[in-house]
Amino acid sequence: MTYFITQFINGLQIGAIYALIALGYTMVYGIIKLINFAHGDLMMVGAYIAFFALSNWGLPIYLAAAVSMVGTAILGVVIDRIAYKPLRDASRLSALITAIAVSLLLQNACMLLFSSSPRRFPTVTANLPTISIGNSTVNVIVFISIALAIALMIILNLFVNKTRIGKAMLAVSEDMRAAQLMGINVDFIVSLTFAIGSALAAFAAVLYLFSYPQIEPYMGAMPGIKAFIAAVLGGIGIIPGAMVGGFLLGIIESMAKAYIPSAFSQVTDAVVFLVLILVLLIKPSGLMGKPEKVKV
Amino acid sequence: MPKKKIRSYLINIAAALLVFSVVYLALQLGWINSYYRSILILICINSIMTISLNLATGLLGELCLGHAGFMAVGAYTAALISLNSGLSPYLSLTLGILTGAVTAGITAFIVGIPALRLRGDYLAIITLAFGQIITILIRSLGFTGGALGLNGIPLLTDFPLTFWMLIVTMYIVYALIRSRQGRAILAIREDDIAAEASGINVTHYKMLAFVISAMLAGVAGALYAHYQGVLTPEKFDYNYSIDFMVMVVFGGMGSITGSILAAVVLTILPQLLYGFSDYRMLLYSILLIALMIFKPSGLLGQKELSQRVFQRLGRQLWGKKAQTVPAETDIPTTVVDEDTYLTEQGSGDSGVGGSSTRGQENLPVSGTPIAEAEGKHQERLGLDTQGDEPLARKQKGRR
Amino acid sequence: MHLLEVNEMSIQFGGLKAVDDITFSVDKGEILGLIGPNGAGKTTIFNLLTSVYTPTSGDILLNGKSIVGNTTWQTVDSGMARTFQNIRLFKNLSALDNVRIGFHGLEHYSLAATLLRLPSYWRDEKALTQKALAILDIFGLKDIAGVQAQNLPYGQQRKLEICRALASNPQLLLLDEPAAGMNPTETQELMSMIRFVKEHFDLAIILIEHDMSLVMNICERLIVLDYGRIIARGLPEEIKQNQAVITAYLGNPLEEEA
Ligand SMILES: Nc1ncnc2c1ncn2[C@@H]1O[C@H](COP(=O)(O)OP(=O)(O)OP(=O)(O)O)[C@@H](O)[C@H]1O
Ligand SMILES: [Mg+2]
Repeated sequence: MTYFITQFINGLQIGAIYALIALGYTMVYGIIKLINFAHGDLMMVGAYIAFFALSNWGLPIYLAAAVSMVGTAILGVVIDRIAYKPLRDASRLSALITAIAVSLLLQNACMLLFSSSPRRFPTVTANLPTISIGNSTVNVIVFISIALAIALMIILNLFVNKTRIGKAMLAVSEDMRAAQLMGINVDFIVSLTFAIGSALAAFAAVLYLFSYPQIEPYMGAMPGIKAFIAAVLGGIGIIPGAMVGGFLLGIIESMAKAYIPSAFSQVTDAVVFLVLILVLLIKPSGLMGKPEKVKV
Repeated sequence: MPKKKIRSYLINIAAALLVFSVVYLALQLGWINSYYRSILILICINSIMTISLNLATGLLGELCLGHAGFMAVGAYTAALISLNSGLSPYLSLTLGILTGAVTAGITAFIVGIPALRLRGDYLAIITLAFGQIITILIRSLGFTGGALGLNGIPLLTDFPLTFWMLIVTMYIVYALIRSRQGRAILAIREDDIAAEASGINVTHYKMLAFVISAMLAGVAGALYAHYQGVLTPEKFDYNYSIDFMVMVVFGGMGSITGSILAAVVLTILPQLLYGFSDYRMLLYSILLIALMIFKPSGLLGQKELSQRVFQRLGRQLWGKKAQTVPAETDIPTTVVDEDTYLTEQGSGDSGVGGSSTRGQENLPVSGTPIAEAEGKHQERLGLDTQGDEPLARKQKGRR
Repeated sequence: MHLLEVNEMSIQFGGLKAVDDITFSVDKGEILGLIGPNGAGKTTIFNLLTSVYTPTSGDILLNGKSIVGNTTWQTVDSGMARTFQNIRLFKNLSALDNVRIGFHGLEHYSLAATLLRLPSYWRDEKALTQKALAILDIFGLKDIAGVQAQNLPYGQQRKLEICRALASNPQLLLLDEPAAGMNPTETQELMSMIRFVKEHFDLAIILIEHDMSLVMNICERLIVLDYGRIIARGLPEEIKQNQAVITAYLGNPLEEEA
């Protein structure tokens, strides 16, 4: 039982990370209907920025996280302006290929700049106490991570639903043309969406590094895909869906890792993809999504 | 078969034979050393991969990010048959190519089930996942040799085999596209709602194109296995899939001859540029972004280098000989001719696509005189760029 | 038996009842006009008839058989074809190919015939190309058969959509604002073409149109829709006088538009 509980808590932690990344996917998709394949790599860039802020500039962790969030947000906006904006009216396929290309660009640029050998993220959690559950212990950072992620999501929700700008975002994602006619500055809203999504990815990167303190240019790929699956699971384009999907996927994955015999350990990644396939087969609009009706 | 068709088919076969004989002779006479021979073979294999991916992406309009995965399925299938069947080498190779195509096709069918029923970009994600899983799977399964891979696969792939397999691939895709099935596939790319409203079973034809595409990738894989002699799972990773995507986009989405041109250029280029490999993916990514923004149609757009192009070029260059070119190839718009309306999706004309002279340099036809003539006679040649951004307009109505 | 029978059909989008409890029928050889202000639910009815949407309740019978739950392509196969209000042509393909794609359900040579270029391929391709050109000819589009659809002027694009729909050999043709964006001469021309194809192909037609002169002229019966409901039905003369219709058009008397 305690094993189950610790695994559950681990699942919540990784799930919180997926949820934060999934929010970026879902918000961008909601507004410009683009799967931003580079989103996972933005998280990777966030990890590098946090790393340099922490170990080269000697900033404390919370400042390093803030710097990383700001830096990644700027990068996200720049990417959108340079690569995606010219293709707003282009075909889905062109935009999608561009997103793939941006993902490659980030990975390979980082590889040339920082080499492919992994760097170790300094331990910031050494002095933190652990909490024991039965006969196993969980570092308090796990709980802090979960709490921080949830707090951030609550703030995001309040922002989107209560503020004028947040409502404008919802309006744009509902109908961009109509929103534009209502006098909403759509370009600004899109940039803001990229900024928020990227900042959340950077924050997720910092949380990720607490548990997996390795930084390398391809580190964003897997969490990126999984977070995307989380977004689809919750219902792509729906903000609360991304949160629910993220936590759910984290728990599923954690349980799979815990209860699938270690001989098949490599296959645990496949479980996540199985979830994707099942969602697409059973309810492609996701847990919280309504079936999409194209307007003809 | 109409007479005109017979002639056009014969010309195509003759052209293929000519290219083949020249290269084959050069190989036999030792003018091409073994290093370049292996590059030639690689070009053919990459061309098959690119054409097959073009079927899924350029012609059907679905993004496939795991094409190397289907190649891997074909490669491992064929290699295992060669290693274990105990049949004579060429028999097992033939069997391997066929079985490789079938297993890759079945795999694609399974991969396609969840995604192809749906509207949207799910195939991209599913194939991306598939590309990851297949390498994981190959690594963890016993009979595939695990992470060490397979060794000692007989080196049976030679230039004639790959060349003719490439010709067969070209034929299959051409033949498919100029038919009711092919038109259904193009219709889906253009507008799936209108396609369905024209009586087309969209899921069925998406699946058809996707499975054929994967089968051809399986063939390329089988050839590759017997060319390389060793297979490791890492070879077929995401970056390898991206290589082919770059070739498709660079050559022109929807253009089969464009795919070959791109495969030639992008297979040779890395070999020529020393130290290129470190920067290759970086350059590719920048190339892709630039192409998508400035020339989403790639080198040839949706157009093809066809007999008519060469005839026209010939006429421009050697004015008088024009008389030997039959008048009916001059495409008056009312003459009904499958070539006129079907493959030249670009403009109803088969001009060598594109306004960019940059692109023209890569065409095999661009000797200096042609390059000059190209500039002068652009108008008379009827080169137009109207069909140049086929993708740019496609989905406007979607939102 | 009616060709088409619609019984108490409704569809709801979230809180909006876009089509509310609609019943009507269409007989062979008839042109039925479907009019109403913007957002009345006309296009939605077409989407329901062609199985793009599934009705929340109610039934649709074509030749006495329910087509609810069919896919769109099955509905097309069973004899219904449509055009789209916001033109949906295969833009990068030639006009001829647009029409040949419309023939899809009628040509049946196999994949093997395609790949091996069997005689059935050549025979069917030739026949259907001829038929496609014949249809294009009716609408005066034969000369532009080789032109990419997106390069055609607007009026010709609308006509090409009708050609494509006709290619599937429908019994019932649904035309969604075919005259939109055309000038009066073109509209006049189109009207006679519609009459001609109705006779020539022995069709029933449902016509959505805002151009009242066209509607009043060509339709034998009219149905007026507002907020998803039928507010009037009858002969064009009757509809012209109908008070409910006049109010629905917001004090925009029909005479003025006509
Ligand atoms: N897929 C959909 N989801 C939500 N609402 C829809 C959808 N399709 C149509 N509607 C709504 O249903 C109502 C009827 O729309 P419809 O397009 O049928 O009107 P119409 O009578 O064709 O109008 P118009 O003359 O402007 O073409 C509108 O309020 C529209 O917004
Ligand atoms: Mg309408």
